[in-house]
Amino acid sequence: MSIEVRGVEKEFGGFRALDGVSLNIREGELVALLGPSGSGKTTLLRVIAGLEYATGGSVLFDGEDAGARHVRERRVGFVFQHYALFKHMTVFNNVAFGLRVKARATRPSPEEITSKVNALLNLVQVEQFGSRYPSQLSGGQRQRVALARALAIEPRVLLLDEPFGALDAKVRKELRRWLRGLHDRMGLTSVFVTHDQEEAMELSDRVAVMNRGRIEQVGSPTEVYDSPATPFVYEFLGNANRLPCRIEHGSARLGETVFTDATGLADGDGVAFVRPHDIEVTSDRLALSIPATVKQVLISGAVAKLELTMDPAPGMIEVELPRGAHWGAPFLAGQKVHWRARTARVFPASAGASPVAAPEVKAAG
Amino acid sequence: MFALRRPSVLPGFGPTLGFALFYLSLIVLIPLAGLFFKSAELGWEGFVRAVSTPRVLASFRLTFGAAFLAALLNAFVGFLVAWVLTRYRFPGRRVIDGLVDLPFALPTAVAGIALATLYAPNGWIGSILDKVGIKVAYTPAGVWVALVFISLPFVVRTIQPVLQDLEPEIEEASASLGARRWQTWLYVIIPVLLPAMITGFSLAFARALGEYGSVIFIAGNLPFRSEIVPLLIFVQLEQYNYAGAAAIATVMLMASFILLLIINVLQRWTARRHGAD
Repeated sequence: MSIEVRGVEKEFGGFRALDGVSLNIREGELVALLGPSGSGKTTLLRVIAGLEYATGGSVLFDGEDAGARHVRERRVGFVFQHYALFKHMTVFNNVAFGLRVKARATRPSPEEITSKVNALLNLVQVEQFGSRYPSQLSGGQRQRVALARALAIEPRVLLLDEPFGALDAKVRKELRRWLRGLHDRMGLTSVFVTHDQEEAMELSDRVAVMNRGRIEQVGSPTEVYDSPATPFVYEFLGNANRLPCRIEHGSARLGETVFTDATGLADGDGVAFVRPHDIEVTSDRLALSIPATVKQVLISGAVAKLELTMDPAPGMIEVELPRGAHWGAPFLAGQKVHWRARTARVFPASAGASPVAAPEVKAAG
Repeated sequence: MFALRRPSVLPGFGPTLGFALFYLSLIVLIPLAGLFFKSAELGWEGFVRAVSTPRVLASFRLTFGAAFLAALLNAFVGFLVAWVLTRYRFPGRRVIDGLVDLPFALPTAVAGIALATLYAPNGWIGSILDKVGIKVAYTPAGVWVALVFISLPFVVRTIQPVLQDLEPEIEEASASLGARRWQTWLYVIIPVLLPAMITGFSLAFARALGEYGSVIFIAGNLPFRSEIVPLLIFVQLEQYNYAGAAAIATVMLMASFILLLIINVLQRWTARRHGAD
């Protein structure tokens, strides 16, 4: 089922949690709502589910306005951050709940319920725990039970609120891959909320980056990472060096040195973003390169992290080099070097100061 | 014995158990044993005679009946109060929360006099009820009113912590799975609260059985009609019939003990059935 969010607004006693959000989610897509806490991502998910009423705008399921429909009738599978399992029921009864509360006319027979629940427990790989209580399961198992319970009602759309938030790193990674596989097999339109950019990148078809109740950018993980539309997206996704600079005649200057292109931007103060792995460091002066001093060298697994201080301007620059290259030409703390950006992106300073001024991005069909 | 020796924070299983038993004996068991010895003076037949006079039987019926009905009402009303106090934020919530404990703290005689004044035929509430032909003060209904008043906090205070632990999310989960409101109530909320409700009920019931101070002012204390067991015991004592008083008290004690035991077992059973570890 496709979901269309049209200009949704939500106010909580004067606080605008959602400020005109529009988003199209295609049939069978797995979309991540990514943003820092307080960005409105969970509120948006809850509005889609019908757990929260929008103060403005509308939500359409397959082109039909879902606004008037109660959660009960929306047939959405909602997986809560802390699972919200029924503690007094066994795992089996938790999963069977959605089938047992159906009106008699549509309720499956007890035999059908049993076989269906068992199939679901199999699907989420907790078949041997049917008679246990949620308190006797590990976090990852509880999460899967919550998922099976949501799937039992054959939802038209699956909504997950921080699905891996409460799990430890290893389980989180496993469960993430497993969920992606499950989604590919079932083809169910799914939306999940996360503040973890790695999770959003790895799991989703498309990412909607949210900030202060607005969507800053929607696109595939590579799109939003490689060409962030706003300074906020640049900083939120992955590491980025933020360099205040001057825009003059279509190029950005750091101190006296022109260091990257800024075609089409008006003259004035600007902010340039460079990712740490997009920086070249040499001991010799190159075109467009800027002199700096190595302050610190940290070895972390496969990468070497360099901290450079710039000689003319204050500020610290983080650089990540692959270990092989680093050993080839070792840099030492205190060494004078030159660096230049392979790619960088410049925004006018005003865009960086207030994300509200950033261009509103609407999802493409 | 060795199986009991596990490392723990409190030092020594022996001394702590010894002290606990000694203390319990001093405070609870020895006075109660005294009660049994005193009533044994009557002999079996004398005992039966003392506790089976129509007047005594009538007071047993009234005491147990009114206490049961009061605890039953409070199991529901107390639940409602606890629900409102935990689920909603409104001005004056803390004041109301504090008011709930008032029956704990108020001298029961004060409560009794206040209730009697309110419910007397010329009192604020009593005069209104009088017009529709309902008499509360100086009737069994008065006994019930007093017991409802003093036993309310027990239910509220046992249900409140359980309600606080009950995440609103499980109601949302239930609704998103297609459950109607009554189904959410019946299958999701009530089962979780049932053990606490039973505990609250039994505490309220036990408290109501032994209540004396507030009841005697509003009950009118007419033999065969509005005379409660604790008062009857007091009457026996005033007539220097110590053994008779002890006999009635013994029956009261046994009955309360058996009832509390049954409720305890019932509560264990519901807790286990609903998976609370």
